[in-house]
Amino acid sequence: MGFFQDAFIYLLAAVIAVTVSHRLGLGSVLGYLFAGIAIGPVLGIVAGAETETVKHFAEFGVVIMLFLIGLELEPQMIWRMRWQLLGLGGLQVLLTTTALTAAAMAAGFVWQTALVIGMTLALSSTAIVLQTLNEKGWMRSRGGQSSFSVLLFQDIAVIPMLALLPLLAVGDPVALVPANAADPAAHGSLIDGYPGWFQTLVIVATIAFIILTGRFLVRPAFRLIAAAQMRELFTAAALLIVVATSLLMDLVGVSAALGAFLAGVVLSTSEYRHAIESDIEPFKGLLLGLFFISVGAGIDFGLLFSEFFLIIGIALGIILVKALVLLALAGIFRLPWQDTWMFGLGLAQAGEFAFVLFGFAGSSGALAGSLVEILILSVAVTMLLTPLMFILFERYVLPRTVSSVSREADEIPEPGTIVIAGVGRVGQIIARLLMAEGYKIVVLDHDPNLVERMRQTGVHSYYGDATRPDLLEAAGLAEAEVLVAALDDQDQQTALVRHVSEHFPKCRIVARAFDRHHLYELENAGAHVIEREVFEGALALGRHTLKELGLHPFRAEQKVRAFRRHDMQTVDILREHWAAGMGKKYITAVRTRLDELMQVMRSDRLAGKNLPDREWTPPRGEDAER
Amino acid sequence: MARILVLFAHPRTDRSVANTALMAAARAIEGVTFADLYAEYPDFDIDIDREQQRLQETDILIFQHPVYWYSSPALLKEWQDLVFEHGFAYGSDGTALAGKSLLQVATCGTAREAYRKRGRYENELRTMFSPFEQTAKFCGMHYLAPFGVFSAEDAAEEKRLDDVVSDYRRLLTALRDGRLDLKKAAAVPLLNDVLDEIIASEPAGV
Repeated sequence: MGFFQDAFIYLLAAVIAVTVSHRLGLGSVLGYLFAGIAIGPVLGIVAGAETETVKHFAEFGVVIMLFLIGLELEPQMIWRMRWQLLGLGGLQVLLTTTALTAAAMAAGFVWQTALVIGMTLALSSTAIVLQTLNEKGWMRSRGGQSSFSVLLFQDIAVIPMLALLPLLAVGDPVALVPANAADPAAHGSLIDGYPGWFQTLVIVATIAFIILTGRFLVRPAFRLIAAAQMRELFTAAALLIVVATSLLMDLVGVSAALGAFLAGVVLSTSEYRHAIESDIEPFKGLLLGLFFISVGAGIDFGLLFSEFFLIIGIALGIILVKALVLLALAGIFRLPWQDTWMFGLGLAQAGEFAFVLFGFAGSSGALAGSLVEILILSVAVTMLLTPLMFILFERYVLPRTVSSVSREADEIPEPGTIVIAGVGRVGQIIARLLMAEGYKIVVLDHDPNLVERMRQTGVHSYYGDATRPDLLEAAGLAEAEVLVAALDDQDQQTALVRHVSEHFPKCRIVARAFDRHHLYELENAGAHVIEREVFEGALALGRHTLKELGLHPFRAEQKVRAFRRHDMQTVDILREHWAAGMGKKYITAVRTRLDELMQVMRSDRLAGKNLPDREWTPPRGEDAER
Repeated sequence: MARILVLFAHPRTDRSVANTALMAAARAIEGVTFADLYAEYPDFDIDIDREQQRLQETDILIFQHPVYWYSSPALLKEWQDLVFEHGFAYGSDGTALAGKSLLQVATCGTAREAYRKRGRYENELRTMFSPFEQTAKFCGMHYLAPFGVFSAEDAAEEKRLDDVVSDYRRLLTALRDGRLDLKKAAAVPLLNDVLDEIIASEPAGV
């Protein structure tokens, strides 16, 4: 029963707090934090030790998040970001570490301890910041991109920091149980106790192993799994990848989150990218929520109140120093005004790695236990203050910049992409045409073999069921200019068109219809342009047949044009009968149109309006005299 | 032997007795390439490279067409617009057509009298075709006076068609064999009446 009780408490707290916080415009992160505070320190429903277990579990959410970030970052993109990563990220870590270390030394710590504190606090919270940036839709702004670069660099910087900590231990490692021995890395790895060069070698080999496996083993495996057409199997496989990478990285003592990020990057060029993304996304959301709740629940109010001013002072100090460094960097890198503040305020907190690193520092003797407690509490307070910083930014910075000049420069819309759902016989041709024209296309299909074949011809294709809303979202339909709906199943096709027209009203929908009835269905579902798939092909064959029968090619063309025009009118005329339920009237109307067609096609010139025979006629004598 | 290309542009060959007869005559002559543009490009999607290639293998270009609104049917205009390309037909590198000749063979709905200074149209057929003439000159071609088939619809009934067809045959063979005085042919308003004068029995310059 214990499990259900816990699940009930956590979920209920989350549902209530997040709903309320969202209503108040405070964002989900603050909601989760307050949910945690409510069930932990305030109501005392969940005990401290228990939240630790939960937090361990929930940290997997951070791992999944980094995996997803990696998934969205193709290697070329990282390469293009390299200067921002090294410049902004490197300088941020370096300058903040220096400043905070100096502050700690001024407070009377020896330099080793001060350095541990400075390094650790230089890191920001990937979980909170990215979650917020995504939620507010700021990820694509320059401030968002810069924040992301810094966070990514920080995630990488954790590795050398972990390696450095044991060297900075002052005196004998104290045998104390750290309050937050959160990271599995703190439990020690398989290669502890080996010489440094060997450890490095093992780590490099492991990373190479992940890259090679991702490149050459995972894709064929996914192909087999996808061919089974069982969604839960696919989800399980996707989760397996994340867990496996994390486990592997743990074994060699590297941050699991970084390993997951790496795995994500490796898979970012595969056709399963969007399918994996949308399958794992919900896990990330829930686990991250749980993570924030556990942070809230883990706040030791007893200690907070007894050392209130010290802790708040440290927290505000951290925020102040970090914000100043960030603002200076934003100035150096010439970020626009509003991006400067987003960057400066957004990254000013200390991050979840601080829990890990302080825990590790505690166990490795780099920091004393009581200090660890206070620092961790301060970190929690900075995290608690972060949503407030974002609110500050939203209330006071954003409104003032809406009309400013720098804003306009940011609003140049990116050229929209085109999403093609279904690359069978129809979609393939469209994809090739658009690719040749140089448009950015994203192709989705549920047949792994078809996707594989399209990939070989150089088309950006992804595996996945295009009728799944989450997958459409992952494929970027929100930014897409046009959806080409070319599924080979009538009902799915209609469902897809209906869904997209309801949820993405800005996206134009070009749809393949099977026949006239389906065309009406698609019209009702909201497609903007509809073409019957076999109509033009059949007309072409008809034209060739007429030519074979001895008709002049241009006559055949004229006949086909007349037929086409008449048929389009028929579509218009029969629409209301179809809507009325295709009764007897429909049949009669179809009959009438058929009879008309014969008259129209065969009658002599000038007998009617819609003839294939209308042409230039020589003016006669009497025409000129009038 | 000069190479002749007849570009025939008529959307309704089956309705034109005169053009059908002229077409048959031209097709039968050795050394004449006859192309039915409306049959080759019923969708107006003209293969420019192929047409330019064809022109390069030609010395004398003939447009055979009915007169629609004092000009040619639309496809022939489209053909000129696309095939007489910069860098091919004109411009510093566009010398592919220089020195070649252009002749129009036009079937008219109206009587010959209409195409006179005092006639209903107040202009000679050649004057009406001045856009063709200017285009040809711009591309360095010799523009010959047009050969007209007047009141074409009644030609068969009035027993004129056979004469017209044999004149056309004479014209084509003379052009092919170099027996036609191109200078004179370029100077007159209409070829119809001067055929005897400008066609020699032996090739010129032999």
